[in-house]
Amino acid sequence: MKLTKEQLEKLADISRFSLAEEEKELFLEQINQMIQLAEKLQEVNTEGVQPTIMGMPIANRMREDKRRPSVAREKVLACASDHKDGMFRVPAIFEE
Amino acid sequence: MKFETVIGLEVHVELSTESKIFCGCSTEFGAPPNTNTCPICLGHPGTLPVLNRRAVEYAIKAALALNCEIADWTYFARKNYFYPDLPKAYQTSQDDHPIGSNGWVEINVNGKKKRIGITRVHLEEDAGKLIHSEDGSESLVDYNRVGVPLIEIVSEPDLRSPDEAYAYLEKIKAIMLYTEVSDVKMEQGSLRCDANISLRPVGSTHFGTKTELKNLNSFRGVKQALEYEQKRQREVLESGGKIVQQTLRWLMHEGKAVVMRTKEEADDYRYFPEPDLVELKIDADWKKQIADTIPELPDARRDRYKESYGLSDYDAGLLTVTPEIAQFFDDTVKEGAEPKAAANWIARDLIAYLKTGDYALEDIKVTPKNLSDMTKLIQKGTISSKIAKQVFQELLKHGGDPETIVRERGWIQISDEGELREIVRSVIEAHPQSVVDFKNGKDRALGFMVGQVMKKTRGKANPQLVNQLILEEIGS
Amino acid sequence: MSLLQLPLREIHKRMTDGSLSALDLTKASLARIEEVDSKVRAFITVDGERALKEAKALDDQLAGKTESYGPLAGLPVGIKDNISTESVRTTAGSKHLSNYTPIYDATVVKRLRDAQTISVGKLNMDELAMGSSSETSFFHPTYNPWDLSRVPGGSSGGSAAAVAAGEVYFSLGTDTGGSIRQPAAFCGVVGLKPTYGRVSRYGLIAFASSLDQIGPLTKNVEDAAYVLQAIAGYDPMDSTSSEKKVPDYLAALSKDIKGIRIAIPKEMMGEGIQSGVRKRVEEAINVLEGLGAICEEVTLPHLEYAVATYYVISSAEASSNLARLDGIRYGMRVDGKDLIDMYKRTRGEGIGKEVKRRTLFGTLALSSDFYDKFYRKAQQVRTLIRQDYEKLFQQYDVIVGPTSPVTAFRIGERIEDPLTMYLNDICTVPVNLAGLPAISVPCGLADGLPVGLQIIGRAFDEATVLQVAHAYELQAKSLPQPSLEVREDEV
Repeated sequence: MKLTKEQLEKLADISRFSLAEEEKELFLEQINQMIQLAEKLQEVNTEGVQPTIMGMPIANRMREDKRRPSVAREKVLACASDHKDGMFRVPAIFEE
Repeated sequence: MKFETVIGLEVHVELSTESKIFCGCSTEFGAPPNTNTCPICLGHPGTLPVLNRRAVEYAIKAALALNCEIADWTYFARKNYFYPDLPKAYQTSQDDHPIGSNGWVEINVNGKKKRIGITRVHLEEDAGKLIHSEDGSESLVDYNRVGVPLIEIVSEPDLRSPDEAYAYLEKIKAIMLYTEVSDVKMEQGSLRCDANISLRPVGSTHFGTKTELKNLNSFRGVKQALEYEQKRQREVLESGGKIVQQTLRWLMHEGKAVVMRTKEEADDYRYFPEPDLVELKIDADWKKQIADTIPELPDARRDRYKESYGLSDYDAGLLTVTPEIAQFFDDTVKEGAEPKAAANWIARDLIAYLKTGDYALEDIKVTPKNLSDMTKLIQKGTISSKIAKQVFQELLKHGGDPETIVRERGWIQISDEGELREIVRSVIEAHPQSVVDFKNGKDRALGFMVGQVMKKTRGKANPQLVNQLILEEIGS
Repeated sequence: MSLLQLPLREIHKRMTDGSLSALDLTKASLARIEEVDSKVRAFITVDGERALKEAKALDDQLAGKTESYGPLAGLPVGIKDNISTESVRTTAGSKHLSNYTPIYDATVVKRLRDAQTISVGKLNMDELAMGSSSETSFFHPTYNPWDLSRVPGGSSGGSAAAVAAGEVYFSLGTDTGGSIRQPAAFCGVVGLKPTYGRVSRYGLIAFASSLDQIGPLTKNVEDAAYVLQAIAGYDPMDSTSSEKKVPDYLAALSKDIKGIRIAIPKEMMGEGIQSGVRKRVEEAINVLEGLGAICEEVTLPHLEYAVATYYVISSAEASSNLARLDGIRYGMRVDGKDLIDMYKRTRGEGIGKEVKRRTLFGTLALSSDFYDKFYRKAQQVRTLIRQDYEKLFQQYDVIVGPTSPVTAFRIGERIEDPLTMYLNDICTVPVNLAGLPAISVPCGLADGLPVGLQIIGRAFDEATVLQVAHAYELQAKSLPQPSLEVREDEV
């Protein structure tokens, strides 16, 4: 397959990137190369092969339901670029 | 053309664990904004989740109580989307292997029993809360709720009316309360519901185009919104129109739904297995351990009340809506009260009283022993049931020993024949017309005279005795 | 000779007899940084003041009881800048995080502090660990101490260069597809990627969660064993960290390798390998045989699919891991007319090309139309690659080959050609896909540039990997000191 510019723009939308025109040109070519690389996987017969879904083949890692102290709010808010009334401030949200 | 309504509900229930699903922050409701947060639930770079065992066990418990099959192997998946209330830009949830699947609950609408299928029950994390400014120029985010464990319960499209949807929600709520996995407080958001509704011609096996209703903040809201949307869709279809697949927001105060968005294509959340967590294996032993903690559930309890005590389906249903009420009933019976009498007092007076002030059982003073003692006083004839109503009000508000209350207030029933005969005679003398009426066949006149006697004794007269004495005195 | 060139045991001896202090060592490190880092540019952040204070505090705390110093006590170290350090800026080489100061420490940072080491600063890297040259760093490139016109490799280029240039005693790097081993090879130092799950990832800014591991870059194998000993082991904060007991890695070093069975995959010694590299690796294999190891040529049938598998899986995971860089809770923000506009500008301007490209590709690979074709397929091939290794390890103790098919390339030479750069990861990425431990040890120079010998072991068998590497290292000619100059091409 070959990625079209429209598809690339849609991917950029989903990934929340504004892309400059020159980036679009560059990425279109490079991502198509990556797709070509990935297409190579189709050569492999994977019938009946279980996918590796985790890095560690272990199960049931859990913690007990115990509270630990939270972090002071000033400390948490100090990381943010904008806050107000103890909360993180974001611009107006319009539904898509 | 006649249409049939098809409804499916997605219910989110917050699990009442101490700490969040992936970190040690408190799940307590109502803390000042962003005080129950840490680098993990805020999704700071490099942090990792560690699963809360109790959250898993509650999810399994709920799924078992909803008659689900439990997955013996499962894993978590990331649901990817951007939104300010979602710190990692993905919700850790479950994809094609939910913890529970293929369950059902039974509902009872107008005496008709019906099984509603449950497609799946899965475990996931809650998102934060957005507070929108009034002018719409900005929003503020509070992440206290992020990471509170949730189960999502998805029903089959088996519901056929808003009333069934309401009954289904009541049943889900009851089961959550009985299993104690959630406090199910809709006003605090610990139970939330989205509804899908469509119409189709009666007899059709295909589903019509559905709309999704959101922002349903109460059980009543769910019912009203579904009634609204059912009517709207019927009108559209009857006038030859087409339903557009949309998400609608219910506006409770205006009693209408507005379009949030029109779906052109399904959202692509790019689910994939969460590599920061490991697989979850639920073996038979673990499942059994959890199953053993499930108490008698509402349906079983209702059936037991009907069979053991001869209660009506309706009363048994009322008594089993919450585990607390059912327990109160059981305890009252254990204290020696006659079950039917106890059921009556609880199902009528007590529940009605709770509703007047939105009280919980723990807010009121009466104990099962108080109620049991009171029913015994009635049985012995110490008080009339009319007086008992007053005694019970007293007990609800202040509690106490009914016998003492009755004695102190001088509410003991008058069963002294001589004393009552005097009063009866005076009433007959004062109302000769009633005597004539009664003799002419107007039964109501007798009731009137009894009432007069009760009035004179301020309700304390033994009504059976008064009845008998009046009949004797007017010689019929 | 600089204090930092002393063997670890010698430093420890002097520390315990009180003739050397943490402050002395830290000062030596800071002086060396002052002297050479304007050329090497290994650091993003040097926090000298803090390091001196910590060193002094350590000296004061243990004054009079210096015999209780641990083996790493007082050593000045550098931390790759994608490892979270509380109250020290942690940028991951990204503009987006260029002013981000974490409010918590990574587990490895705590463990190194418990081991009484002193962190002098944060090391340069490819942005968010994506790259093999350290050129995608938002801040500046790092220059290879062996030839300042060449890259140090990546993504842990700063970590490798700082050790090679003697700026720190050792450093921590991270390895998702070779990011510790390849720069170690390029810079002539030792780089160890532990088994997935051996070292806690808590505090490592995730690139690809199922592949990432933290490990040491050191001057020699023994140091790597000491550092691994200090940082390995179960961490309740990382669900994927192993509860397996951590063995005594130092004890393993003293064993000889007579009778050890070594597999040499022919795919790793074939055409794509630069001839100078192949020659050095062949010589190294001869050395191992001379030590009594049994070396046999084998085949890894699915190796040719490893790079594709790796780029699909790592990009997919990265697209999700890095979505949190949205400008709301931390990191830079670029205002926009509404929320979505803010997101797009923040991410559009804060994140560089390499990361964007992989994120876009990863988003594609996970989208419902391509999930089965790319993501799920890659996971299946990943299983086959794991099985290839499992099969080999039924018969062999370690697998040996080159770390990288090439030596350090010139700055700017490959940056516009990502595909070639990706294909050069062929020797390292399959190891991450299988979650295995592997080390890169210097095995001589090719055209004046270091070559790395890679030794891959069974899962959780770092001990044997270290044992073989150490045995080789004792026999091999040690490298000269890097020149810290631009090297003229020999004609």
